[in-house]
Amino acid sequence: MTADPTVAHWIVGPILLPLLAAALAFAAPPRARPWLAAAGVLGALLTAALLAAHLPAAGPLHYRVGGWPSPLGVLLVADGLSLTLVLTTTAIVAAATSYAAAYLHPAPDAPGHPSAAPHFWPLWLFVCAALNAVFLAGDLFNAYVTLELLGLASVGLIALSGGPALGAGMRYLLVTLVGSMAYLMGVALLYAATGSLDLPAIAPALAASPQASLAVALVTAGLLLKTALFPLHFWLPPAHASALGPVSAVLSALVVKATFVLTLRLWHQAFPDLALPAARDLLGALGALAVLWGGLQALRQQRLKALVAYSTVAQVGYLFLAFPLLHGPGAADAWRGVVYLALAHAFAKSALFLAAGVILRVTGDDTVAALPGAAKRLPLTVFTIGLAGVSLMGLPPTSGFIGKWLLLTTAIAAERWWIAAVLVAGGLLTAAYMFRVLAKALLPAAAAVTRERLPPALGWSAFALALAGVALGLATSAPLGLIDIGAPPAVAEAAP
Amino acid sequence: MNARFLLPLLVVLSSLVPGLVIFALREQAVRTRRLLNMAGATLKVALIAVMLYGVYHDASYETRLPLLPGLDLVLHATPLAMLFVTLSAVLWFLTTVYAIGYLEGSPNRSRFFGFFSLCVSATTGIAMAGNLLTFVVFYELLTLATWPLVVHNGTPEALRAGRTYLAYTLVGGVLLLLGAAWLHALVGTVPFIEGGSLSAHPDLPRGPLIAAFALLVLGLGVKASLVPLHGWLPLAMVAPAPVSALLHAVAVVKAGAFGIVRVCYDVYGVRLTSELGVLAPLALLAAVTILYGSVRALQQTSLKRRLAYSTVSQVSYIALGVAVLGPIATIGGLVHIVHQGVMKITLFFCAGNLAETLGVHRVDALDGVGRRMPLTMAAFTVGALGMIGVPPTAGFISKWYLGVGALEGQAGWAVAVLVVSTLLNAAYFLPLVYAAWFRPPPESWPKDRRPRRGLEAPWLLVGPPVVTALIVLFMGLFASLPVSPLTWGRLIAAREFGW
Repeated sequence: MTADPTVAHWIVGPILLPLLAAALAFAAPPRARPWLAAAGVLGALLTAALLAAHLPAAGPLHYRVGGWPSPLGVLLVADGLSLTLVLTTTAIVAAATSYAAAYLHPAPDAPGHPSAAPHFWPLWLFVCAALNAVFLAGDLFNAYVTLELLGLASVGLIALSGGPALGAGMRYLLVTLVGSMAYLMGVALLYAATGSLDLPAIAPALAASPQASLAVALVTAGLLLKTALFPLHFWLPPAHASALGPVSAVLSALVVKATFVLTLRLWHQAFPDLALPAARDLLGALGALAVLWGGLQALRQQRLKALVAYSTVAQVGYLFLAFPLLHGPGAADAWRGVVYLALAHAFAKSALFLAAGVILRVTGDDTVAALPGAAKRLPLTVFTIGLAGVSLMGLPPTSGFIGKWLLLTTAIAAERWWIAAVLVAGGLLTAAYMFRVLAKALLPAAAAVTRERLPPALGWSAFALALAGVALGLATSAPLGLIDIGAPPAVAEAAP
Repeated sequence: MNARFLLPLLVVLSSLVPGLVIFALREQAVRTRRLLNMAGATLKVALIAVMLYGVYHDASYETRLPLLPGLDLVLHATPLAMLFVTLSAVLWFLTTVYAIGYLEGSPNRSRFFGFFSLCVSATTGIAMAGNLLTFVVFYELLTLATWPLVVHNGTPEALRAGRTYLAYTLVGGVLLLLGAAWLHALVGTVPFIEGGSLSAHPDLPRGPLIAAFALLVLGLGVKASLVPLHGWLPLAMVAPAPVSALLHAVAVVKAGAFGIVRVCYDVYGVRLTSELGVLAPLALLAAVTILYGSVRALQQTSLKRRLAYSTVSQVSYIALGVAVLGPIATIGGLVHIVHQGVMKITLFFCAGNLAETLGVHRVDALDGVGRRMPLTMAAFTVGALGMIGVPPTAGFISKWYLGVGALEGQAGWAVAVLVVSTLLNAAYFLPLVYAAWFRPPPESWPKDRRPRRGLEAPWLLVGPPVVTALIVLFMGLFASLPVSPLTWGRLIAAREFGW
């Protein structure tokens, strides 16, 4: 399939390198662990970038690990969708790794400091490897295994903070198991119907039948539960709000994207013919409710991290709003738009959670009411919140705007007015809760305050992510070109 | 990559880059900050002078950067763009001088000047935007960059004003975005072309065109403070005086009015707007705004609020000139973009000086201030006479062309609106001028911050209004010189109407 066959082997890099680092981190002395993590994640980033550079010439890569044939082997797929997400993931985890190293560095009286830091790094690297594995997965069973790994490692990371996080982590564990169960049953039905687990092989072999519909419904329901689409979002805010700063960032920015991207891929590559317009509209409608409900809840939150977590509920809704637009004319733009929105949200949300973590660590209090003076004490962090907030609102010149503009013009061209209305109304709600935070942060504090001295990695890694979210709103041609590669035929053919 | 390509981009960067550097400066780095501010402002004016010379001699400057498939970010120096970009660059230069003096010793100056520079970068982007998408991008950026300036004082009133400002402008931005996305869904990219880019698509459906026009104009009308979308402007008076200058003359209000001009002439075009019959409602909105703003101005006792309502009224002269539709009224509307800006900034500088130096905030406390602050009040008088439209000020030129244009366009009612508005202008400005010069001053002022020797106030505060007042007179007296706004207004009208 490719001009240079050796390049295809690099596809295992984003999975194996973090996994290798995780294994070493178990044994390594605590001091070496952050460095191992950085090496593993940067290696993953480099291999993904190398693949992405070859993709325009080579086209989508299908790689069988170890060369085993179909029923036994593991199929990995490097196309525009998977590499966009792998690059986003590794870039964000890289920034969050430098943040986490500073965040976990012993600071005896720092609040929320975990007693179980030794387990942090292996789990952290597992999450990174599992995320990349889900994005690159080319068969349904491989996706199941990696989703399980992702879920378990995430639960471990949540539970590390102890206290209220234990309850939230337990709930997260139950949800992720129930979701996996539903998904696995659906996969079993699909295998019975088609005799294959490979994504490319399923679509031609799958005929419409009640059994197939049930399978699709089960798979989708399981994934939606894990993605926290309204009304299945109940578990997300407590889990994301109570985890450690860097953990919240990765959970909210990336882990929910794993199941979302899988849903997107399955609906358009495994069973595009079963994705009926009515079912698409149902997902869109749930997305619309999520945008409104999540936004209103975010507006009511007293704690900054809870606010940011509810914002994720709303932003997940945005992603599903695209489903009704992903067939028929304009589907190509909707595909670009939804993937762009996913990466825009990943950068903005990770920056926001890292910034919230800085505030919590410095002040010991992340309630919105305690924010006055923050602009003076932590100007870079407040600026980060502003930049990330603008991207979440979907205002120019940010990546959030690009995604929203593509969806908005598609919705209007398709005369889906309710989608256009929810898109802009959600932006206003986002503005309402983000400016509530910013206005408070700009207020002068009751007592005189001065600029805080922080480990530079804390403020700057959050800022770098927010800045990347803005830069991707201006430098759009490379990511858009990448996203287009290997877009599913149902979407690509419908391009005008 | 030549000068033709780079110049418009450099004009935007000449304030953007210093602004970003200023954010990173320590609060105490007064000198570096001042140097960066003034260097950026000077460079911007110089770059624009080069482009003015070029555009006058039919050169074309265009920066084009790809943003989305088939959609570019375009900055294009057309005569209409030059009219606005020159105004905002020159006034920004003066406002920067003024702001340096005004904010001396106050807290958070790095933040202030950072956002201040961002505001002007956005405005120059708005002025030179070569298509609707670029315009929307910079327009929203302006909203975001202005908010921290409105709430700069951090008082509860400032935060309330900031909330109101955002509520109005973000909703307006959404309407604009919807209108723009709708047009893009209909025709693909929407460039700004003299005569109207939509005229290249003759068989577009009427309904969506009218609806998109309404969305665009209502969205822009929020910043242009068309009644009933003007509620944020009087509240925003709590911001520091340089910010008021920015809101009323250099950037925000002007961006809205300029956008209406762009949409009417360069998107829809003269022919399509009259075919669709969308100008009559706009004319009505403008007329109501002009009268309502004047009446409300008359009722205000706070000087800055009176000036704010005066802006509500005066900016709609631009929309009126557009809506009356005729080459002469168009010239009147276009020159008023510049004239109103220079006159209103003069008045706000003066109001700021009175508040800072003497603690005078109310219109009934102006007795005898002319003796204490003769230069400031002389400038104020020129600005006020200009607003009324007394020759030989710039305001007279505006009103003359608007009036003649209205008669030419068979719009007698517009002349009536102008006359009533002029009487109201006189009623709310002349008593102030009279009191300042002819009434005896009080025993003592609420405060008196006279510098130990020399001028009535620091020269950084007195210089800018004197200069702008001189410009007001110059633009009225030498209206037919090639550098005057009137000459450019004629040039633009000729091209829009295809003479």
